[in-house]
Amino acid sequence: MLETIWFVLWGVLWAVYFMLDGFDFGVGTLMPFLAKDENERRVLYNAQGPFWDGNEVWLITAGGVTFAAFPTTYAVMFSSLYSALMLILFALILRGVTFEFRGKAEGTAWRGLWDACHFIGSAAPALLFGVAFANIFAGIPIDADGVYQGTLLTLLNPYGLLGGAFFLVMFMYHGALWLTVKTSGDLERRARTAASGLWVALLLLAVAFLVYTWFATNLYANYLAHPLLWLIPALAVAGLVLSRLSIGSPWKAWGLSCLTVVACTLFGVAGLFPNMLPSSIDPAASLTAFNSSSSPLTLKIMLGVALVMVPVVIVYQAWVYKHFSHKITDDQHLAY
Amino acid sequence: MDVLMLSRLQFAAATFFHFLFVPLTLGLSILVAIMETIYVKTGDEQYKRMAKFWGKLFLINFAIGVVTGITLEFQFGTNWSRYSKYVGDIFGSLLAVEATVAFFLESTFIAVWVFGWERLSPKAHVATIWLVAAASNISAYWIIAANAFMQHPVGYVLRNGRAELDDFIAVATQKFAVLQFAHTLSGAYILAGFFVMGICAYHLLRRQNVEFFSRSFRLALNFALIFSVAAAITGDLGGKEVAQVQPSKLAAMESHWQTQESAPIYLITVPRLGGEGNIVEWLPIPGALSLLAFNDFGAKVVGLNDIPPEDRPPVLPTFLGFRLMVGLGALFIALTVWGWLKRKQLVDNPTYLKIMLWSLPLPYLANEAGWMLTEVGRQPWIVWGLMRTSEAFSPIATSQVAISLAAFIVVYGLLGAAAFYLLAKHAKQGPEMAAATAGARKEG
Repeated sequence: MLETIWFVLWGVLWAVYFMLDGFDFGVGTLMPFLAKDENERRVLYNAQGPFWDGNEVWLITAGGVTFAAFPTTYAVMFSSLYSALMLILFALILRGVTFEFRGKAEGTAWRGLWDACHFIGSAAPALLFGVAFANIFAGIPIDADGVYQGTLLTLLNPYGLLGGAFFLVMFMYHGALWLTVKTSGDLERRARTAASGLWVALLLLAVAFLVYTWFATNLYANYLAHPLLWLIPALAVAGLVLSRLSIGSPWKAWGLSCLTVVACTLFGVAGLFPNMLPSSIDPAASLTAFNSSSSPLTLKIMLGVALVMVPVVIVYQAWVYKHFSHKITDDQHLAY
Repeated sequence: MDVLMLSRLQFAAATFFHFLFVPLTLGLSILVAIMETIYVKTGDEQYKRMAKFWGKLFLINFAIGVVTGITLEFQFGTNWSRYSKYVGDIFGSLLAVEATVAFFLESTFIAVWVFGWERLSPKAHVATIWLVAAASNISAYWIIAANAFMQHPVGYVLRNGRAELDDFIAVATQKFAVLQFAHTLSGAYILAGFFVMGICAYHLLRRQNVEFFSRSFRLALNFALIFSVAAAITGDLGGKEVAQVQPSKLAAMESHWQTQESAPIYLITVPRLGGEGNIVEWLPIPGALSLLAFNDFGAKVVGLNDIPPEDRPPVLPTFLGFRLMVGLGALFIALTVWGWLKRKQLVDNPTYLKIMLWSLPLPYLANEAGWMLTEVGRQPWIVWGLMRTSEAFSPIATSQVAISLAAFIVVYGLLGAAAFYLLAKHAKQGPEMAAATAGARKEG
């Protein structure tokens, strides 16, 4: 039971991470296409400004919870996905320092350098998280000792790449909608146009991904066994359709897009259960919530910590979103 | 080189680099919070300018400290998967607690502080920097509690082929963790104090913004003076704890080979490179080692000769790390006491100011030396007495680690250079210029 609860929490943490940092990745990826001059670039940085750092901690927590609640999964997953994770790590490092470093010196070369870091640091993790999760859904070649029998290229299979493209476009759409929330005037119009275009691409990729998932993974087995689970993908589709229909009201559209991101992540996680890292070469070597978990005592203590602290975190982060919900206009102080 | 050696080098590089930025975050957050508090209480604009000026340097440092911290969490899984599997039940939960209790708070409110100057009331605004300062320091506690488990594992049982949690309170509150935390914070606060004093000295020597930098200097001086003394006291207590639970580390710290009662400290010791014993042992203080380690002149101190070679830590780095840390610690007390005596006429003491300017890097050296002694002195164990470092690394391809290590060196090297450039630029610029730039940017 404790293992199941932690599995759900594990999935939810990743879903919340993608929901929050996803729009940051989207904004960063869209910046070269949407921002026409220095001022507009600064508006985009400031649209992420008060949020991105707190968003990123959901990744630290998702990673920390994998470590604490499922140490064997953490150990095998992180060592198996070594190169992919290192690439994500370097990308996140470059993105993170960009916010502080970029504006603290003059010169187009200096700023151009950090703009490039910000683009790579946003697009690469979006793509690579998609590749990583698609591979986790499909299973990776790990043997009975938890040793990975592949390379980075093993992960770049067609299903993995489709997952990467799906994540990237989903986050770009999510980010474009965030920009309709935070910007105004011409920039807001361009963001809305981008969102409309991205929506079509996202729909096509989502359909392709769902179909390919049928052939490449066992995710649907859980859905066939427990039809109630179909609610999750239904919510994802509803969020996707409704966010497009309400594209004229920014907060509503973005909120519905949040629903899409969360439900898409949970679609995979629910199909995975009880697996956390299926082995593609030896089903018995698959790591599950039950064979890779921590001791009951650790799970209990951590559950207590999570039940107290996570709501507190949600409250103060929600306060920050509310307090900085205004549109960025030219006459305001831009910190970045 | 093999995966083990490359992983060790990578972890060492990532950790030492990370810890170039952490101590300043821990200490300067408090100093900035104090400055802003004085501003809110007295309405003196000078202190607001101080909070903004030092706050800008804080932010540059903070950014790089945060991003390099993620590396460490990832690396336990990527490079030390056998270790993670073996102690994740305990070690992983400490990291997860750190993230939920402290890291969220720190990362969320630093942004509120940056963006909230005009959107929050002064009282709410100063509260956010105190939250950041508190969260950073609480965060440090959990990380050090995790490290203390590696130094002195407690509260566990060996079950299911791994170390499982038996007593969370014991793990979270053990004496080793508390002492190590107190000592690490003292070191961090000294660093923050010397950082501020060094930059103030630069400007005071040029007689720029004398009032602004004299006040900043005195604030940092008091801070550094208190914690230089605290570092000595906590260091002494920590050393006694090491003597109890890690006798081989203690022996390596002093390059102490012969088990004896009433063991002396030699003021000048030159260890034999790669061999056993010392080349030079001059100027003994009789019984000093026994006294420092066990509060007893006559106590027996185990020497390295009585520890099997395969259980000994590398002596030279442990010994040098210790001597460097202690020597510098003594120097910090001397410099801060000297400064305190001259605190009213700082500008009239160019010699002292020059020394303080050039002393800016020394606490960095002392902090890194302390960690070198702590971590190298723990070898050959990754978890003292439970698991050897050689049993802990991931079963992955050597090439992967070689490539990532090279990437770390390049990326961290460039980031370090960029951070140094920005810190130096803004530190030299001084407060007025900073205000002017902010104004220009606001218009532009």
